[in-house]
Amino acid sequence: MKEISLNLLDIAQNSVSAGATLIELTVRESQAEDIVLMSVADNGKGMSPEFLARVTDPFTTTRTTRPVGMGLPLLKMEAEMTGGGLEIKSELGRGTTVTATFRRSHIDTPPLGDLKGTVVTLVQGSPDIDFVYRRETDLGQFVLSTREMREQLGGVPLDEPEVLAWIGEYIEENEQSLQGE
Amino acid sequence: MAKSIAELKAIRDRMQAQMNLRKDDGDSIRVVVGMATCGIAAGARPVLAAIVDEVGKRELADVKISQTGCIGVCRLEPIVEVFEPGKEKVTYVNMTEDKARRMVSEHLVNHRVVSEYTIGAAE
Repeated sequence: MKEISLNLLDIAQNSVSAGATLIELTVRESQAEDIVLMSVADNGKGMSPEFLARVTDPFTTTRTTRPVGMGLPLLKMEAEMTGGGLEIKSELGRGTTVTATFRRSHIDTPPLGDLKGTVVTLVQGSPDIDFVYRRETDLGQFVLSTREMREQLGGVPLDEPEVLAWIGEYIEENEQSLQGE
Repeated sequence: MAKSIAELKAIRDRMQAQMNLRKDDGDSIRVVVGMATCGIAAGARPVLAAIVDEVGKRELADVKISQTGCIGVCRLEPIVEVFEPGKEKVTYVNMTEDKARRMVSEHLVNHRVVSEYTIGAAE
């Protein structure tokens, strides 16, 4: 993956497939701590200890089209290459949390990329899921909650193009303030 | 001025009037974008964004856009499938943002399949 935001999209799609109704996305970047962290926490169906033990093996997958699943193994490799790592916590019936850390100053740490594109894609694909997107830098943080948005929108679905465009603009504007622009 | 979540109320007021004009699902064209690891790595995210943007700008109320997992031909991703009622499914492969915008204007608006982007032309 060329961007961490693409890993974020890929891993969050697993949460969608796991039947989650709440998916929390966190992207934290700190120059002071020399870290880039992305995590996806869901309340989906979770994994058994046996499945969890082999989930970063590329020949473990839930897809039915072919017996290869590259999402988590790729992320693990990418994170470890930079001196970071991948942590997965999961419990059957409770949910799963995937956290990847990268060393920010490492040359192999990919750029964060188009984070708003990832959030908009997820909301477009699953407008009924509650997404919480939390973005933190050394300058501060902001949170977007689609549940709060839904309250404002009444019956208008979140996947209306105009609403999706608003989400993109909202994230972009807040992102700029976190970069000190 | 900074954006506020309260702005959504204005969108709501505007949209609710239009929502009643939306057609029933039975007549709508379905556009499906593969969004598994293979699709994402190949560039499906900007392809989907381009389709959503074009469909929104053109106010194509009878087009429904959705996402799916792996369609099965990973080497031809990004893949976009178009289902028109009463017609055979059309599978577009190796899609890009530009190809996606052209697909919207030619196929979804004018109902002319862009043959050179289809799986038949690629194989």
